[in-house]
Amino acid sequence: MEPVAGQRISVEVNGERQERDVEVRRLLVHFLRDDLDLTGTHVGCDTGNCGACTVIVDGMAVKSCMMLAVQADGSSVQTIEGLAPDDELHALQQAFSSFHALQCGYCTPGMLMSAKHLLDHNPEPTEGEIRRAIQGNICRCTGYVNIVEAISAAAKGEVK
Amino acid sequence: MLLAPVEYARPSSLDEAVRLLGAYDGARALAGGQTLTNVMKARAAAPDVLVDLNDLAELRAISRSGDGGLELGAMVTLSELIRSPEVGEARPILAGVASQIADVQVRNRGTIGGNICSNDPTNHLPPVVAALGATMTIRGEDGERTIGAEEFFLGVYMTAVQPGELLTRIAIPPAEGERDAFASVPIGKDGTCIVNAAATVRDGQARIALGCVAAVPLLVTSAAEEAAVRQAVQDAQLDPPSDVHASADYRRHLAAVVAVRAVQEATA
Repeated sequence: MEPVAGQRISVEVNGERQERDVEVRRLLVHFLRDDLDLTGTHVGCDTGNCGACTVIVDGMAVKSCMMLAVQADGSSVQTIEGLAPDDELHALQQAFSSFHALQCGYCTPGMLMSAKHLLDHNPEPTEGEIRRAIQGNICRCTGYVNIVEAISAAAKGEVK
Repeated sequence: MLLAPVEYARPSSLDEAVRLLGAYDGARALAGGQTLTNVMKARAAAPDVLVDLNDLAELRAISRSGDGGLELGAMVTLSELIRSPEVGEARPILAGVASQIADVQVRNRGTIGGNICSNDPTNHLPPVVAALGATMTIRGEDGERTIGAEEFFLGVYMTAVQPGELLTRIAIPPAEGERDAFASVPIGKDGTCIVNAAATVRDGQARIALGCVAAVPLLVTSAAEEAAVRQAVQDAQLDPPSDVHASADYRRHLAAVVAVRAVQEATA
């Protein structure tokens, strides 16, 4: 094996196999947004702080601005577009709507993916666990209270 | 942000990883990437070749050593440290401190080896491995060597791992009655530390490693009593940096505070 500047990668994204030629320097977030046109995953700070680019790779929430696309070769990636079928809302999305857990919405896709990662691993989180789970996701509009309530309600199935 | 052009290999064996690191000038190991990717964005590092360690299963193992200590592969993630029953039994401080680093997403990718090899003076784990008396095994094409924290941490962002070499394993000695604790003053909950300290106490004696006050973790020993700890920190004649978060004087003051807190928690 010798190093390469680019390679063909095969990634399962939201259940669908995607193959593309990418440069090594391409970040996973740009692969998703620019190559696959999945623009729901946002670029916020591009320094690993804000969490707007959070996606789930092989079951683990990661910030896709701190991972190379070539590193996702052979992986399974879930983005906000894969959270619910078209024209339907996931319980978390419905809860965010019902509880006014967003204002500008920029952080929302990343917030939802972190919340999904939490509930996948811990279906009945305490308020403290919810707050810790979204520690890596910055929201500058809501003050977080409604986000925490929305995630809690979704976990308890109390969403209309 | 678009990174500068860079080449990439993801070897499937440790031998191949070491060969690649030795074969290319400007080759650099890529662990969790939670520091290196951002440093590359800022053009503060410009590796020519990234050798991705993520497929090296042999660097992901956590096991109890024969003497009751811990053997940690350098690519064990912070999330894996937190969940590990072996770590919880042998040296729970590692899990407790790992859970204070950044956030879930970063802990899912960030590794123990990356945290200590980047040796940012504000990192959490360098003082912990120093206080625990851990040894680090470094592998190069000429073989392996195992060294302690005093030899491993050389300066800001600098360790004994040379070009062409790789940190493979961190060995933590058995507790044997030692009790450990960590204290810090971070910027926001689980944020970057302004000052931190890890302490290990046995038979009334404390070994304390102070972080954020020097280029490398600063080791002091003292009796495990508040006055003695304060005196030991004062005798260390700290010359910490000043920045927007804390002046040198304030950091020096906090160093004594967190040292005392860590020792008190270890003896509680």
